[in-house]
Amino acid sequence: MTRIIVVTSGKGGVGKTTTSAAIAMGFAKKGHKTAVIDFDVGLRNLDLIMGCERRVVYDIVNVIYGEATLNQALIKDKHCENLYILPASQTRDKDALSQEGVGQILEELAAKDFKYIVCDSPAGIEKGAHLAMYFADDAFVVTNPEVASVRDSDRMLGILASKSRRAEQNLEPIKEYLLLTRYSAERVKIGEMLSVTDVQDILSLHLLGVIPESKSVLTASNSGMPVILDEKSDAGQAYADIVARYLGEDKPHRFIEEKKGIFGKFFGSK
Amino acid sequence: MPTNSPTLEFKSGSFSVPILILFTDDLKAIGQQLQEKVDLAPEFFKNSPLIFDVQELNKLSRALDIPALVDIIRQSGLLPTGIRGGTTEQNKEALALLIPVYSAHSSTLTSADTQAPKQKIIESESSVNASATIITRPVRSGQRLYASGDLIVLAQVSAGAEIMAEGNIHVYNTLRGRALAGVQGNVDARIFCSDLQAELISIAGNYKISEDMRDVVSKKSVQVYLQGHTLIIKDIV
Ligand SMILES: Nc1ncnc2c1ncn2[C@@H]1O[C@H](COP(=O)(O)OP(=O)(O)OP(=O)(O)O)[C@@H](O)[C@H]1O
Ligand SMILES: [Mg+2]
Repeated sequence: MTRIIVVTSGKGGVGKTTTSAAIAMGFAKKGHKTAVIDFDVGLRNLDLIMGCERRVVYDIVNVIYGEATLNQALIKDKHCENLYILPASQTRDKDALSQEGVGQILEELAAKDFKYIVCDSPAGIEKGAHLAMYFADDAFVVTNPEVASVRDSDRMLGILASKSRRAEQNLEPIKEYLLLTRYSAERVKIGEMLSVTDVQDILSLHLLGVIPESKSVLTASNSGMPVILDEKSDAGQAYADIVARYLGEDKPHRFIEEKKGIFGKFFGSK
Repeated sequence: MPTNSPTLEFKSGSFSVPILILFTDDLKAIGQQLQEKVDLAPEFFKNSPLIFDVQELNKLSRALDIPALVDIIRQSGLLPTGIRGGTTEQNKEALALLIPVYSAHSSTLTSADTQAPKQKIIESESSVNASATIITRPVRSGQRLYASGDLIVLAQVSAGAEIMAEGNIHVYNTLRGRALAGVQGNVDARIFCSDLQAELISIAGNYKISEDMRDVVSKKSVQVYLQGHTLIIKDIV
């Protein structure tokens, strides 16, 4: 069975594309045939993060309009043979997507035996975001530890619960997971950021993982490699944990506590 | 899209539509009271369909001017979608305004509240079997719920969400959004909640905003009821 995952947030710039790229690569590296779709028509950048921007010929809008087949538009990832990218169009506006067209693409991917389809949602709650989540089975709600982001995530959760295909057809609701990104335990400690507990208190959502604020994310995106491939980095490990947890492995949460200095390591209370 | 898909299909459905029962032919009074009701839950009533019932009036042989009434209803932001209990003449007038005619015979309509018929100007069709509505999933920011009886929420109500009930509201979790009980004017309605951090609470149009509730201790079960025009918040021990 194909599982469709939407990576969504409501608020912009919280780490949806970073997350989409990382988890899609994570599933593929675990041997699952995976596709990642950029729904951010007009502002595409998933292809940059995946390092395949020079190989884009056709995009999702071409497929919807019958100007290219899905096979022509899918880009095979150069790091992992189980991974395919369907880029967004840079030149069309976001109304070029249609629910019917998106539904057909997802069906075709399912027929091609894709196990996971990761939908990278644009920010906002407009058409692109709506179509990215409409067919989803699972939602990864990407949230930063700050009030505005939490509020927008809550709003998005309301939309998932009422405007998705599963809601409209009275099916089992979308499974919702919280991904708390750009987390800095130091800043939480001095009260500049909400803590994991604060966020969970407000959203009451199953926490899939915490991704720390990390320089490795920028380095990875500059080199066109999803950060999960940087196995030494904290953010890379956090995403690897998230993929493992989603697939049913039992991994204790990390990156919630403040990093201890050399002294803390030897003499720390915990 | 397969080309042989059907163009249309008829299905039968049943909806709960508010019914406006009129006890006076004083158009001015009707307009005023209607506006007051609408102001209690403006978002809910905005563009809401409405069936008006003139049966009681016609019993007193006080024939109302239908076009004028329709105007008043529209002015308050409601959309009249039917007349009930009208005379042949009134039904004709309604049809001329493209308003469908419903038969007066109806089992769903009872006037439970006979002491003060003049006040009870809007009666929801489902208020007869006003059983409780139970919600088990969180009510999120931007979502709005309306119950014609009691409303019981077993999950949290987020900031930016709005829940409304003609009867009581129970929230067995944190209430951070807006909760309006007794929205049709029931002053005996109450709000029960196990963690009150609401943006606004209201009973029959009397409200408090979060600023007025600064000294409410969170994570404690409370009830809210009306005393005169004042909302009282009390611990449930
Ligand atoms: N864990 C992290 N640590 C540091 N920087 C991060 C982290 N996650 C994301 N970023 C940075 O935040 C910025 C926004 O990330 P990204 O493009 O993934 O967000 P988005 O939610 O997809 O944005 P948009 O809403 O515009 O699509 C990027 O510059 C990215 O490098
Ligand atoms: Mg993005």
